[in-house]
Amino acid sequence: MSQHQPRRALSVMTAVGLALLAAACGSSNSSGGSAAPGVTPTSITFGTHQPLTGPAAPGYSEIAPASQAFFDYVNAHGGVFGRKIHLVIKNDQYDPTQTVNVVHQLVLQNNVFGIFEGLGTPTHTKVVGFLNSSKIPDLFVASGCPCWDNGSSQPETFGWQPNYTIEGKVLGQYLKQHFAGQKIAVLYQDDDFGQGGLKGIQAEVPSSQIVTKQPYQSGTTTLAPQMTAIKSSGAKVLVMFTVPIYTAIARLTAFTLGYSPQLVVSNVGIDPITVAGLLKTVSKGKASGDALINGAITDGYLPSFSDTSNPWIKLFMKIHQQYDSSAPFDGNVEYGMANAYTLVQALQAAGKNLTRQALVNAVETHGGSWKGPGIVPFRYTKTQHGGYGGVQMAKVVGAKINTFGPVLTTDPTPGAAISTYSGGQPAPPANGIPSQ
Amino acid sequence: MTTLAQPGPGVPGPDEQPLPSTRLTLGNRLLRSTLVRSLLLVVVLAVVLALVSGALSSYRDLQLAYGAYFFAALAGLSVLVGLSGQVSLGHGALMAIGAYTTALLIGNEGWPLVPALLAAVVSSALVGIPVGAAASRLRGPYLAGATLALAVGLPALANKFPGTFGGENGLVINPPTPPSFLGSSFSLERWEAWISLAGALIVLFVLYNVVHSGVGRSWRAVRDDEIAASLCGLRVGRMQTLAFVISAGCAGLGGGLLTVVNQLAAPTAFQLSLSLSLLTGVVLGGLGSLSGAVWGAALLVLLPNWTTDLSHSLSLSTNVSDNLPFAVYGVVLVAAMLVWPTGIQGGVRAAGHGLRNRRRMRSGGQGAESQSSKPGGEER
Repeated sequence: MSQHQPRRALSVMTAVGLALLAAACGSSNSSGGSAAPGVTPTSITFGTHQPLTGPAAPGYSEIAPASQAFFDYVNAHGGVFGRKIHLVIKNDQYDPTQTVNVVHQLVLQNNVFGIFEGLGTPTHTKVVGFLNSSKIPDLFVASGCPCWDNGSSQPETFGWQPNYTIEGKVLGQYLKQHFAGQKIAVLYQDDDFGQGGLKGIQAEVPSSQIVTKQPYQSGTTTLAPQMTAIKSSGAKVLVMFTVPIYTAIARLTAFTLGYSPQLVVSNVGIDPITVAGLLKTVSKGKASGDALINGAITDGYLPSFSDTSNPWIKLFMKIHQQYDSSAPFDGNVEYGMANAYTLVQALQAAGKNLTRQALVNAVETHGGSWKGPGIVPFRYTKTQHGGYGGVQMAKVVGAKINTFGPVLTTDPTPGAAISTYSGGQPAPPANGIPSQ
Repeated sequence: MTTLAQPGPGVPGPDEQPLPSTRLTLGNRLLRSTLVRSLLLVVVLAVVLALVSGALSSYRDLQLAYGAYFFAALAGLSVLVGLSGQVSLGHGALMAIGAYTTALLIGNEGWPLVPALLAAVVSSALVGIPVGAAASRLRGPYLAGATLALAVGLPALANKFPGTFGGENGLVINPPTPPSFLGSSFSLERWEAWISLAGALIVLFVLYNVVHSGVGRSWRAVRDDEIAASLCGLRVGRMQTLAFVISAGCAGLGGGLLTVVNQLAAPTAFQLSLSLSLLTGVVLGGLGSLSGAVWGAALLVLLPNWTTDLSHSLSLSTNVSDNLPFAVYGVVLVAAMLVWPTGIQGGVRAAGHGLRNRRRMRSGGQGAESQSSKPGGEER
């Protein structure tokens, strides 16, 4: 036995001590003492988790910076009740375990007032429990999962975009009317996003018409097995509940297989600027992205980003030019701005004496009547937390999206009727900021 | 100095100290027993960490919990790589086994925490037996390749059987509830830190004793020269398998704790990148050393946050600042390996020796030789 053995135990202790010290050094910025975290007379801080890198990043990484740009615009005009809106954006790489980590960091360390526009179904579902048990407002999740729509068990969580079942139903009705009797295949992401959409399609399209349903896992690098199966099923129509990168991979795989079905794609997966760009990248410049997705059928709940005569698009383009010009102006940027607009509406409605409860109450009480960039009404009540209640059919033409037909609303229950909405869309306020 | 990624003869183990002296400076005979010493170490650390966790903010407590489960996995891997001389690129997958075992048992079967975590250790160790047995026949890049296959293939099972493992969505469990006697102000995060730290301390206790036992010495002998070791009557393959199994059990506990702390087992957490970061943590912390595993765990938890904060403080365009953290992370790792080729613990130790040597020189004693010139495993 030699003398140095106790020293080794000491070395472990020293390492633990120094490591703790290193951790503690950075902790000075956590000031948890304030009574209402994240809000002062001059500022309010929200946090968000976004896929800034990773499989969902293409396109989606533009969303939060666009929201930030809209807040910058509002802040430049005096903020809301004199409060400047700050958005802390954390990268979760679309990895649920990272989401848990960064949302805890936002709430416990950054002391945010609430979470805004947290992106993704598999990601955000993992923090809904924590946010609701900690009574943190969880506004306008950037996902159409039907699972946000549960005001009684998740009072803090609110969806924003139409839920995937509503979208699936409207797409399904269109298929039933315009592709009657034709073989239909469904490619869907194997989580609540894809499954919700599939449920909506199945509610409308006769099951005999759906010849194959092919799931894929987010994170996979190939869709060759799925696309081969779809091609061999003889489907003439391919419905896709896919995020942009998988829309691109599926389309390119179909192309190499010599298979060209009519594409019908969820609005989350077909922003033409994003998908065309991806197609070009994935095919190493060989394919023309616009041509490959030309004619794809989709839907929308905001005016088309390419409709430059729409006053809302004019407003968003102006703000984009001023605060966010490094990104292209596309559907994702429009999404981020429109969602931010809704948050400003909520903050206005919550009043000067802002509390977390007041914000949640404001959405439940007033949200259903808010008018804004959306072409359909919100479904906010005390128990319904589901966001926009419908969509309008649309078609990809070149790098644009053209909407067509009536604006349709419904609710997610399978039997519920789909009806036409004629409420119209008001012009934006003169200064572009929702009035109080 | 030899390369650290492929440990061979000459890689310093945890135990080299200059001047293996026969003098006993202290007459405290109790301290000479490894068991007593490790027990004392664990108890002191438990008290210190319990006090520290109470003083920290909730998020720091959570980071403590993250660090503790990384330590469990890293310590096992460090012993495997640094002591028995095998490399594993598959420890992320072994963590996944522990994580999913815990999630299934707590979530579906309603098991209590401790048995579920024990089951996580056992299941990972069981998987470690065939893998370790196969691994003991492989060397260098072939061993790395075989374990790499584990890291790539195993998490994909979650997507192959989405009914059981929840697919990409993963398995969710309820958060652990702090016992009521700790009071209502005792935060969930602090309780998670305690659970995770308890697991880490158990790993520390077990590995400390194994490393300083005959088994640990046999591992070093096998690492340094397999032929010589087998001539001495050591069964090389068996020793290497044992190292792999123990290390797999530690990884399983780390994975189980990950599930408990995050209340989630999802395949994206166990991709190849996790296995690679574990190996990075071990090498950067200091191969074969338990203190090194502490450093490695601290780095795995803190470095990503630091690099993100740094790149966002530079106010660059979003495309650059989103990706910069990964580049900075890489640069930091490269720089650290250049500055401390034996890992952070090696750097700390060298600094300690420098101080001691200077003191000894001043007092007229003979200068100690540099520790790295000593071959590994000359304990006693």
